[in-house]
Amino acid sequence: MNPLVHQALHTETIELAQNQCLSGLLRFITAGSVDDGKSTLIGRLLYDTGNVAADQLASIQATSQKRGLAAIDWSLLTDGLIAEREQGITIDVAYRYFSTARRKFIIGDAPGHEQYTRNMVTAASSADLAILLVDARKGVITQTRRHAYLAHLLGIRELVLAVNKMDLVDWQPSIYRSIVDEFNAFVSQLGRHHVQAIPLSALNGTNVATHAEAIPWYDGPSLLEHLESIPSRRDADQTPMRLPVQRVVRVMMGNGANGATEKEFRGYQGTLASGHLHVGDEVEVMPSGQRARVTGLNIAEQALQKASADRSVVVSLDREIDISRGDMLSDPIQLPRVTKGITADVCWLSEQPLQTHGKYLIKHTTRSVNALFDDLIYRVDVNTLAHEAAPESAVMNDILRVKLKLQQPLFVDNYSDNRTTGSFIVIDPVSFHTVAAGVII
Amino acid sequence: MNSQSNDLLDQPHPSADHLDLLEAEALFILREVTAECRHPVMLYSGGKDSAVLLHLAYKAFHPERIGLALLHIDTGHNYDEVIAYRDRMAERYDCQLHVRNVEDSIRKGSVRLRHPLESRNSHQSVTLMEAIAEFGFDACLGGARRDEEKARAKERIVSVRDEFGQWEPKNQRPELWSLYNTRVAPGNHVRVFPISNWTELDVWQYIQREDIELPELYFSHLRDIVRRGDILVPVTHLTPANQGETVETISCRFRTVGDISCTAPVASTAITVADIIAETTQCLLTERGATRLDDRASDGAMEQRKKEGYF
Ligand SMILES: Nc1nc2c(ncn2[C@@H]2O[C@H](COP(=O)(O)OP(=O)(O)OP(=O)(O)O)[C@@H](O)[C@H]2O)c(=O)[nH]1
Ligand SMILES: [Mg+2]
Repeated sequence: MNPLVHQALHTETIELAQNQCLSGLLRFITAGSVDDGKSTLIGRLLYDTGNVAADQLASIQATSQKRGLAAIDWSLLTDGLIAEREQGITIDVAYRYFSTARRKFIIGDAPGHEQYTRNMVTAASSADLAILLVDARKGVITQTRRHAYLAHLLGIRELVLAVNKMDLVDWQPSIYRSIVDEFNAFVSQLGRHHVQAIPLSALNGTNVATHAEAIPWYDGPSLLEHLESIPSRRDADQTPMRLPVQRVVRVMMGNGANGATEKEFRGYQGTLASGHLHVGDEVEVMPSGQRARVTGLNIAEQALQKASADRSVVVSLDREIDISRGDMLSDPIQLPRVTKGITADVCWLSEQPLQTHGKYLIKHTTRSVNALFDDLIYRVDVNTLAHEAAPESAVMNDILRVKLKLQQPLFVDNYSDNRTTGSFIVIDPVSFHTVAAGVII
Repeated sequence: MNSQSNDLLDQPHPSADHLDLLEAEALFILREVTAECRHPVMLYSGGKDSAVLLHLAYKAFHPERIGLALLHIDTGHNYDEVIAYRDRMAERYDCQLHVRNVEDSIRKGSVRLRHPLESRNSHQSVTLMEAIAEFGFDACLGGARRDEEKARAKERIVSVRDEFGQWEPKNQRPELWSLYNTRVAPGNHVRVFPISNWTELDVWQYIQREDIELPELYFSHLRDIVRRGDILVPVTHLTPANQGETVETISCRFRTVGDISCTAPVASTAITVADIIAETTQCLLTERGATRLDDRASDGAMEQRKKEGYF
């Protein structure tokens, strides 16, 4: 692209984004097997939307030239680690922020290599949409299925099947269609998803940010058009109110001057995991089961009448109740389950295998409890989705259904209903590493 | 009134909503770390990201006072104005301020310079690790952002460092949802970046919205510079003009403020935050690309420094 046109596009894009950002933030990730072109696609998307600064462009141009490449290697934009550039693969997720005239985006460019699945899972946990890439020459392979399964497990219901490197198969529609069919057949076994398939060439930018006129047999959207148009998820607004308490604040208000009496202020700090909270609402405090009314909602000096999901507030209540970190304020009608046993799907992320008799620490919302793996029910074969009953243990990248026994109760919802109160991580109490992630079912 | 216009009125301003979410995320992280860590500290340089982080800490703790001390690693090569600003802010926010000097590490011999005018920027890591050991900090909060640099784009929000302060980019902990694992073995610590997901534009829009005071260096002023390639090098006692270079007085501002020897200003006429926001949306160069003398040395310069304990 002509640099001047590029500059004009960039400026226009950001101005529009500031003034009329239409459909809210979209967080998406790339996924799929190693070398399928994920980083190239992101680089190309950023460039074609005017989101690559001149110095970044100059730097990757120079590196590409030094390597004797005929064209710019777009993956250099996100492959920021020295080892990644040396090996030509992505190792850990890169986060990039960009906007177009219609929307703001946060991208997580995930690695495809199986060894780094934990980093893909990290990126997927906060995403609304996943772009699953497939190399048109290779078709759907195990790693494509693994990533599709993990995206599904982590609650991503918007999928883009990007059939990439179409330039290397002469844009043959039959190749594209058979990949789409195979992928849809696999994904439909997982549950309900919305899948948009797009044939593209990340390298050439065909169907990335602009429509490919040259492909008469495809009349669907370009990748960018699709990303701009899908509605953003605000499920958390629709679910019952949950507020895990992070910290309790106690201060003396008033200074006793002019006859005013000092009064203790007590407030509960936390982020609304879901739902809405209004001044005057009744809440139930877990685990004590006591109820109180909200008398104040604050963000520093700013007093709110109402707070919605994801806002971090200080709540004050109309009576003194014993509340500490790890407790939860809840909608009194629709309560979470209080339980010392959970069933969950767990992805094992550590190189150290699961110690079936070992004690682990579970971090769930702001509460950490000791736990034992009571029962390993089955392991999932990501290729066939078959269940292998009663595995002995779990090794890195295994996905299994388990029962956990907890020393203290947790207040939980199903992950499908609530991403915050339905998820947890498993910490090894000796090494302190995060060894697994789980979703409650 | 029909329901459609009602809906429109109920909608928050979209970009305000965006800042609200970034703020909420940062408050959550600040509270998690102070609730879980034994002895956290905030690294504070007097730059704009530090200013935003300190303001966020104020909001995170309110109505309590900020439950964190501030730590500044002073290279001895800072602008006087920034040092005065630093002290003023520590007082305004009622925070204890620890200052540790690279000069002392040089005297002790733990930092060795190749030549006296060498940039002390990367040597900060040594002094920082000495301070961490001295106080026994187990968490250092900082204002680094992922959009600043390609190696930073890879770092976790809660990032583990070993006894040498080293970052192991190839072996980072998984970090899912907002479940932050702050636990580390004795001797190790975590670096925590509550504004990881903010862009330069977000930072300026937040400064505007919250009316956060900054050092005057961030706004357009007249300064003597020499041009070296596309970089405007400020003429100071540490970075004097070379023979044959023409010293010009131009209108400029800093986009990042750090050690004198490695930050350069950009030509600008922006005198208000609104002007800066307008310039930021038009700008074609990244924040560090335009202004940092330390990242230009090589492609992996930042990662290399981070592996050695730098922020
Ligand atoms: N011909 C052609 N080559 C492509 C296309 N997309 C990517 N490539 C090439 O495929 C190779 C791998 O691309 P990357 O973008 O690094 O792949 P990746 O999926 O990010 O790989 P990992 O992150 O390591 O899993 C590079 O040499 C690219 O230039 C395409 O559309 N057409
Ligand atoms: Mg990649």
